Amino acid sequence: MRERRLPILATIAVFVLLYALGGLHFNHFLSTGVFGNLLTDNAFVIIAGLGMTFVILSGGIDLSVGSMIGFVGIAMATMVAHGWHPLAAIAVLLVMGIVLGALMGWIIDAFEIQPFIVTLTAMFLLRGLCFVISLDSVPIKHPFVEAFSDFHLALPGDGWLSGPALVMLAALAFAVVVAHFTRFGANVYAVGGDAASALLLGVPVRRTIVGVYALNGAFGVLAGATYAFYTSSGYPLAASGVELDAIAAVVIGGTLLTGGVGLVIGTVFGGLIQGLIQTLIIFDGSLDSWWIRIVIGGLLFVFIVLQKLIMRSVTALGASAAPG
Amino acid sequence: MIPVPPPSEPATKTRRPLPAVVWPLVALAAILVVDGFISPSFFSIRLVEGRLYGSLIDIVYRGTPIALLALGMAIVIGAKGIDLSVGSVVAIAGAVMAHFIHLGFDPAVVVAATLAVGLLCGLWNGFLVAVLSIQPIIATLILMVAGRGIALMINGGRIPTFRSDFFSALSTGRIWVIPSRLFLVALVFLVLWAVLRRTAFGLFVEAVGGNASAARLAGIGTRMVTLATYGISGVCAALAGIIITGDTRSSDAVTAGMWSELDAILAVVLGGASLNGGRIFLATTLVGVLIIQSLTTSILMSGLPPEFNLVVKAVVILAVLLVQAPKVRTAVGSLVAAFRPRRTER
Repeated sequence: MRERRLPILATIAVFVLLYALGGLHFNHFLSTGVFGNLLTDNAFVIIAGLGMTFVILSGGIDLSVGSMIGFVGIAMATMVAHGWHPLAAIAVLLVMGIVLGALMGWIIDAFEIQPFIVTLTAMFLLRGLCFVISLDSVPIKHPFVEAFSDFHLALPGDGWLSGPALVMLAALAFAVVVAHFTRFGANVYAVGGDAASALLLGVPVRRTIVGVYALNGAFGVLAGATYAFYTSSGYPLAASGVELDAIAAVVIGGTLLTGGVGLVIGTVFGGLIQGLIQTLIIFDGSLDSWWIRIVIGGLLFVFIVLQKLIMRSVTALGASAAPG
Repeated sequence: MIPVPPPSEPATKTRRPLPAVVWPLVALAAILVVDGFISPSFFSIRLVEGRLYGSLIDIVYRGTPIALLALGMAIVIGAKGIDLSVGSVVAIAGAVMAHFIHLGFDPAVVVAATLAVGLLCGLWNGFLVAVLSIQPIIATLILMVAGRGIALMINGGRIPTFRSDFFSALSTGRIWVIPSRLFLVALVFLVLWAVLRRTAFGLFVEAVGGNASAARLAGIGTRMVTLATYGISGVCAALAGIIITGDTRSSDAVTAGMWSELDAILAVVLGGASLNGGRIFLATTLVGVLIIQSLTTSILMSGLPPEFNLVVKAVVILAVLLVQAPKVRTAVGSLVAAFRPRRTER
C-alpha cells in the first residue's frame, strides 16, 4: 500500500525542512561538520532505536534500553579497569544482553505478561545492577578506546565520520538487512500485524518474539558500548530516560505502535530529527533548554495525528473498495 | 502480549478459584513476616512527641504520593488505558503550586488552581485517547516527554522554594497522632470508591475496559467515560504533586515524581489488575503500593547495601507477577488437581 509509505515521507520532509530552517538562520549550519556531529551525538540513541524498531514492529515495547546502556557502560568501565580488553568486555556483555533479551521475550510470550511490565522490571533490575557495580563514575582508560575516539573518516568539507557514527551506520545496515531481507524480518512484521493469523500461517510466534527481544538486547549493548566510548566513562545513572528518546525516534520515524507497519530507516530520521531540534536550539542560544522537550513532545503529537489521519483514509479506502 | 485467542480454556469452572484479591495480600504478608524476622522491632509503634513512629507508619507515610497516583491509575487501567504522564503532571502541579504561592494567593486558591491544572492535563490525555483515538501509551507519552519541559518553563529554569504553613501542615503535619497526608489518601479513596461503586460510573469504566465496542452498543458514552478516567488521574497526580512539593517546600521540575508513574502502574498490576482492563481494584491497589514501599523499607532495614534496593525490588516484583499470571496459576491448579484424586483413591 502506497499510503503506508506516507509517514516515512513526512518524516523525511520534516527532517529536510528543519535542516533548511537551520541553513537559512545560521551561517555554518549547512556544513558537513555539523552533519558529522549530528551523527556522532545521536549515534547511541539511534542504535537503541534500531532495536526498539524491531520490538515495536512485533507489537511490543521495551522500557529497559536506557538502563541497559547505563549498565553496559559501567560494567565495561569496571572490566577495563580490571585489565580486560574493551572488545572482550563487549563480547561478554553482548552475550549477556542477548540472553537477558531472550529471557524477557520468553517470559512475555510464555506467561502472557505485558511487555510493558516485563521490560519495566528489567529496567529496574539493570539500573539496580549499575548501582551494585559502582556508585561513582568510572573512567575508561585504554589505548583501544583512545584510538577509537581519535579515529576519523574525513568527509568532503570540514566534517568527518567519527567512530560512533560509523558503528551506527554499520548497525543500520545490519538492521535493514535483517528486517527487510530475511525470513525472520518477515516473521516480525507478520507477528506484529496480527499474531493470531501469523500463528495460523505457521509463523513460529514464540521463536520470533524471543528473537526480537534478543536482537533488541544486542542493539542495547551496542548502544551502551557506543555511549561508553563516546563519553570515555561509565556512570551508574547514565542514559536514564533514553528509552523514551528511542521510542520517540521510532514513532517519529513513522513506525506504528500497534505493530506490523514501519521501516527501519525511519527510526534513523526520527533520531536525527530529535538531534536536529537540539542542535537548532543550541545554535540559537536565546531559547532555553526546556524547549527541546516541549518541541519534541509537540512533534510527537503532530506525527501521531498525521499517522492516524493516513491510516484512517487507508481504512476508508479499503472499506469502499470492498463493499459488504 | 500476543493476542492469540486463548486455547479453549479447560472446563475447570466447577470449583471456584481463590479470589484475585488474595494474592496481593499474601505477597504483602510474606514480605512483612520476613521483615519481622529481620528486625524484631519492626511491628512496634511508639508515640514520640505526639506523633506515631515505627517502620509500619513509615511505610504508609512514604507510600502516600504513589498511593494517590496509583488510585487514579487503577481507574485509567480499568478502562484499558494507561497514564505515563502522571510523574510529569506531579512536576507541573508542583510548579503551578509554587508559582501561585509566590503570587501571594490564599492556600485554597492555590489548591484549586493546582487541581485545575492537573484536571486540564488529564483531559488533554483523555482528549488524545478518546477523541483522536491515539493509543494510550503513546498519547500519554507526549505529556510525559513535554511535561517536565513545561514545568521547567513555569519555574523559569530555577527551583523555587517557598514557605507555607498550610501546605507544610498538609504534607508533613499531623492530625491528632496520625500524619495528615494519610487522611488525604483515605478521603481520595473513599470519594473514588463512592463514585465507582455507589454510582454506575464504575460499571461504565469496567464495561469500556472490558469491551469498548460492546459498551458503546449498550449505550454507554465511551468517550466521556474515557475522558473522565484520565481527568481523575490528572487530579490525583496534582494531589500527589501537592504532597511531594509541600514536603520539600520547593518545586524541582526535574526530580519531582521522577519514575513515579512506573511505581504507580506497578502498584496497580501488583494489586491484581490486568493492563488489558475491565477490572478496577482500588483496595488491592493500595496493597500493591504497600508491597512496593515495604520492599524498599525492608531492604534498607536488612542491612543490605542500599544499592541492592532496585535489584531485589525487580526480582521480588517479577516473582509476584509470575505468581499472579493466569497461565502460571492454571498450571499450578492443574498440577494440584492431578494430585488430588489419587489421594482420595487411597
